[in-house]
Amino acid sequence: MEWLITYRFEVAAVILFGIGFMNLLLRKNLIKKIIGFNIMDSSVFLFLASQGYIEGRIAPIVVDGVQDVSKYINPIPSGLVLTGIVVSVSVSAFFLALVQRIYKKYHTIELDELLKIMKKEED
Amino acid sequence: MLPMVQNFPFFAIFLCMVSGILSPLWKSGRMAWRYSVGVAFACAGLFGCVFAYTAAGEGLSFVYQMGHFPAPWGNELKIGPLEALLCTAFSTVMGFSLMGGHRDLEADILPHKQNLFFVMSNLMLAALLALTCTNDLFTAYVFVEISTIAACSLVLVKDTQYTLIATMRYLIMSLLGSGLILISIILLYSITGHLLLPNLLEQVGMLVDTGKYTIPLTVVIGLMGMGLAIKSALFPFHLWLPLAHGSATTSSSAILSGLVVKGYIVLLIKVFYQIFTIETIRSLKITNVIFLFGILAMIVGSVSALREKHIKRMLAYSSAAQIGYIYMGLGLGTDAGVVAAVIHILAHSFTKSMLFCCAGRLAGVMGHHKNLKNLRGAARRDRAAGVAFTIGALSMIGIPLFAGFASKLLFASATLLNNHKMLFTLGVLGVSTVLNALYYLPAVIVIWSRPEKGEEPAPKRKPDWAFTVSAVLQAAAVFGLGMGFGPLSELIQTGLGLF
Repeated sequence: MEWLITYRFEVAAVILFGIGFMNLLLRKNLIKKIIGFNIMDSSVFLFLASQGYIEGRIAPIVVDGVQDVSKYINPIPSGLVLTGIVVSVSVSAFFLALVQRIYKKYHTIELDELLKIMKKEED
Repeated sequence: MLPMVQNFPFFAIFLCMVSGILSPLWKSGRMAWRYSVGVAFACAGLFGCVFAYTAAGEGLSFVYQMGHFPAPWGNELKIGPLEALLCTAFSTVMGFSLMGGHRDLEADILPHKQNLFFVMSNLMLAALLALTCTNDLFTAYVFVEISTIAACSLVLVKDTQYTLIATMRYLIMSLLGSGLILISIILLYSITGHLLLPNLLEQVGMLVDTGKYTIPLTVVIGLMGMGLAIKSALFPFHLWLPLAHGSATTSSSAILSGLVVKGYIVLLIKVFYQIFTIETIRSLKITNVIFLFGILAMIVGSVSALREKHIKRMLAYSSAAQIGYIYMGLGLGTDAGVVAAVIHILAHSFTKSMLFCCAGRLAGVMGHHKNLKNLRGAARRDRAAGVAFTIGALSMIGIPLFAGFASKLLFASATLLNNHKMLFTLGVLGVSTVLNALYYLPAVIVIWSRPEKGEEPAPKRKPDWAFTVSAVLQAAAVFGLGMGFGPLSELIQTGLGLF
């Protein structure tokens, strides 16, 4: 079971990804779907950040003159996480705005009821 | 010193993004519309120059470094004949879609919000062009998300009926897809340590040669393929498409059906060729899965379209079927199959955007009824729309001289090289052609038939010049593709070699 400790971040990330994905797919409540989406994206960022981190090294910020490269962690995954967070936040904002519009118009945020309303409109 | 033409792809992408930001500054929607159509055709012109440059002679492809930072640090664009051709076609179709649906845009969107529509259409074009040209996987992911938001907003702009619910379903499916794409990119990064496509190709090639990490690589390509399949509405994931494409405004439907889903397929082809190589994909048996779902999509999409009486939803189901064709071509796992798929991407882009514009116009002259039985005699009220719709329908069925025939012929000849799938594919091609004819021909007959007696004569309507011009040009493009597919497929073959 030692691998579980060694790869704890990856394991946690994959479990969280599964939870988030299924929430986004199966929940009927739109707000819970958004929460699921955020869990899913955060798990990816956890995975990515843990890939870039190297035990015992520091953030690549030069403080007292140039230090050796082997002192620093890999900064690229951190950069990717930042980009990913920007994307995730903007999509969440769009999603929330949409849910708000839906609630104002139909007074419900349950997907089942919305689909029922749509069926009725069509007939 | 770079030749000037090598800067053009960057100029075009940047022009679209800046125009997206500038669009709200136009006071009226009409000015923003003129500007955006201009931008789309300007991009087509720029990429046309790039195409002429890259396709000349033996063909060449070049890498454009953004800001002159070399590979591992900077971001890159890579353009060869194939990318330039696709970008030219995408920009042209975008211009035509905006022109063809202009009347409906003015009717469907509140006047003071019309200029905001063009923010999304310009960003959409930027995302498509960048997806096609980028040489970096993470940049591709960012543009996938940009195109998701832009596409959802394009559905949302029409504030009537159930577009809100349609957008919600579209957004949820898209987010599931992008989640899968993101995790697959990250997994690939953690295996190889690279995000630029040439480095990935080298590393993945090394892993495949040594036989290490076969299962993780299969998982990566599986997740990536599934994410892109959800986003491009391949068969089991196609249910969001008819809702979203059927309820949006005319231009949006044309853009979504003609372009957005194609962008993701182009990305998938890039992943196949520029990271894994098609031989690896074939040996991992991914192509068989794609082939199977493509075949199912062709049949299921057509059968659903057959049962549909709402003209725009019928066209949307037909799109799901045509996407099946494209995936079937990819699933053959040969260069010939991919060439046929690319030709079908082009043929379907031009034809389906024309069909949606015509459907919008035909519904417009009949008082915005979208049901087929209310469209009786619509083509007699606007003959240009009727003729263009007929041409589009014949092309989708696969009548010779039209674009749809070219791609079907190429699919059929590509299967001849593949012993296992040959008979099956030819059979399904035949069946789906018959199915296509079964739902397109009644629609054509209905719109041309004489209206019933006792109906009041049509009120006098102003001719819609923007629509007529775009319909004529698109019909010409469909003819051109149908006649000139021979040299074009050779060019695409060259482009795939340089991909």
